[in-house]
Amino acid sequence: MIRIARRLFLSFFLLAPAFSASAQSRGGLEIDIVGGNAAALPIAVVPFGGNAGETDVDDIIRADLARSGQFRTLAEAGLPERPTQGSEVAYPTWRLLKQDFLLVGRSVPDGSGYRVEYELFDVAKQQRLLGFALTAPASAMRDVAHQISDAVYEKILGVPGAFWTRIAYVTSNGLGRNAKYALMVADSDGFNPRTVVNSTEPLMSPSWAPDGRRLAYVSFEGGNSAVYIQDIASGAREKVASFRGINGAPSFSPDGNRLALTLSKGGNPDIYVMDLGSKHLTQVTNHFGIDTEPTWTPDGAGLVFTSDRGGRPQLYQAPAAGGSATRISFEGSYNASPSVSFDGKKIAVAQGAGNTYRIALLDRSLGSPRWSLLSPGSLDESPSFAPNGAMVLYAAREGRRGVLYAVSADGRVRQRLVLAEGDVREPAWSPYRKR
Amino acid sequence: MNASASRIARTLLLAALASAIAVGCTKKVKEVPPTDTGASTGTTTTPVDDGGATRPGAYGPNDLDTDACLRNRVVYFDLDQDALKPEFQATMACHAKYLRDRPTARLRLEGNADERGSREYNVGLGERRGNAVSSALQANGGSASQQTVVSYGEERPVCNEAGEGCWSQNRRVELVYSAK
Repeated sequence: MIRIARRLFLSFFLLAPAFSASAQSRGGLEIDIVGGNAAALPIAVVPFGGNAGETDVDDIIRADLARSGQFRTLAEAGLPERPTQGSEVAYPTWRLLKQDFLLVGRSVPDGSGYRVEYELFDVAKQQRLLGFALTAPASAMRDVAHQISDAVYEKILGVPGAFWTRIAYVTSNGLGRNAKYALMVADSDGFNPRTVVNSTEPLMSPSWAPDGRRLAYVSFEGGNSAVYIQDIASGAREKVASFRGINGAPSFSPDGNRLALTLSKGGNPDIYVMDLGSKHLTQVTNHFGIDTEPTWTPDGAGLVFTSDRGGRPQLYQAPAAGGSATRISFEGSYNASPSVSFDGKKIAVAQGAGNTYRIALLDRSLGSPRWSLLSPGSLDESPSFAPNGAMVLYAAREGRRGVLYAVSADGRVRQRLVLAEGDVREPAWSPYRKR
Repeated sequence: MNASASRIARTLLLAALASAIAVGCTKKVKEVPPTDTGASTGTTTTPVDDGGATRPGAYGPNDLDTDACLRNRVVYFDLDQDALKPEFQATMACHAKYLRDRPTARLRLEGNADERGSREYNVGLGERRGNAVSSALQANGGSASQQTVVSYGEERPVCNEAGEGCWSQNRRVELVYSAK
C-alpha cells in the first residue's frame, strides 16, 4: 500500500477572545495533516483572479478541501498555468499533472463588497461541472469561500459539505477559584471566534438548537449547575433548569421542541426530557447508577446515553418517552459522550482503556457493530459529528491545556486547532446554516 | 451451694456499691463544669448567640481556623471511587460535631473529579463523592439539612499536569462553610 505522508503546517489566524479588539492579533490555527488518504481525489484550486479584499478566498477553499480528507490539493507553487475562467483552461496541462478536478475563479468589487465567480471542471471528461457567482459584503468573504467549498464537495462527492458551519466550544484560563470561563462560537475552521458567555464559574456542555441560532449550556454562575438556552445573536437567554443537584448535559431534540437533560433532583443522575413549550418534564431513566449525556437519535424517538449501571460507563439506548434501556456498547471498558451521526448509523464516543482515552467510532449500519479508532489519545474526549457525518471534532490534551482536533470519519486526516492561550474543550459542531 | 450463694450475694453488694460510687462520681463531674464555665468564660463570651455556643467543649466559629481537625476541609478519593477512606473518619467526626454544636452553620460539599473521561459523567462522580461525605457526616450526627452537595466534576481542578500526582489532588470534596 502506498503511504503518502504529508505534513503541511499552515499558519492561519485565530483571534483569541482577549485580543478580539485587534484584528491583527493572531493565535495559531495549525493544520497538521497526519497520515494520508490514498483514495483522496486530486484537485487543483487555482489562485482566483482579481481580489476580494483581505480575504484569500482560494486559500480558504484549498484548506477546507484538504482538511476533509476527501481531497488532495495541488500546492500553489506547482501550478504551471493560472486560468481564472473557463475559456483559459487547457485540459491537457491538468491531465498531465494527474488532477481529476480543477477549480478556477475571480473576484470583482461590487458595491461595498465583492462578486466572486467560480467554475469547477472535470479534467478527464473535459466538462464544466459548476459555474456560479456569489456576491457578499467584504466582511463575509470567508463565508463565501466556505460556501464554494461546500458546493464543490457536494458536486463531486454527492454529499453536502459542512464547511459553512460553526463550532461552539468552552475555554478556560487559570486554576481553581481564580479560573475564568468562556463559551465561544467560531467558524468551522476556527476563524472569527466570538464570545457568547463569560463567567468566573464553570461553563459546560454547549448544545446547538437545530435552527443553528441558539445554544443550550450549563453554567455554575448561581452557585450550582443550571441549564440555560441562549440566542447567540441577541444574547437573550432563559434559565430552563435549576433544580437541586445536577442540572446538566442538555441536548435539543431534532425538531427543536424538546430538550433532553440530566437531573439528579430525584437523588441521583437520571435522564429527563423537557417540553420546551410547557417546561413539562418526562423522566426517561430511573436507575441508581449515573445516567447522563443523552443524545437524540435522528428520528427523535430514542436517546443514546452514558450509564454506569453495569459498573463502568457504557452506552445505552432508551425510548425518549421512557421505557427500558438497552446496552449498545460491548467493546472497551469505558465508553461515554456519544455523538450520533445525522443518519443514525454511526456513534462517536470517548473510549477509555487504562489511562488512555481515545475517540472511537461505532458503526451500526452493518450486520454486526463495527468499531474503529479515530484518535491516538491519550486524553481525548467530547466527540461531535459534523452535520454531514464526514468529520468529527473532539478535544485533546497537550501538556497542561486542551486543544481541538477535527478528524475525518475514516480517521485518516486530522487537523489541530489551538488557541493562543488557555484551555479549549467541549467542541460542538453546529447544524447546517440557513442562508 | 451455700458458699456460692453467699459469693453471689457479696458480688451483688459490691456491684451495687460500685455503681453507687460511680453515680456519685458522675454527679460530681456533671456539677463541676457549669461553675467552671461561668468563672472562666463569663466575662469573655457574649451570650447573644444560641445557648449551645456556650456549652463546654462546643465548637465556635473561630475553631474553623484554629482547631487542627476542623482545619482539614478537603477529603481525597481513589480513582473512580466514591468510598470514604478510613483516614478521613476523624475529619468527619469533628465537622459533624461542629454542625451539631452550631445549628446555624451551613456546609457546602463541593465534589470534584480528575480530568480523565467524560466531563458530564465526572459531574455525576463528583456528586457521588459529595454524597459520600454527606453520609459520613450524618453518620456522625451532622444534620442533612445543614448540608448542600454541589458537584463541579472536573471543571475546577487545583492543578493541570498529566499524571497521578496531580489527578489525586483533583479527586476531592471540599468542605465550604457558607455560614459559620
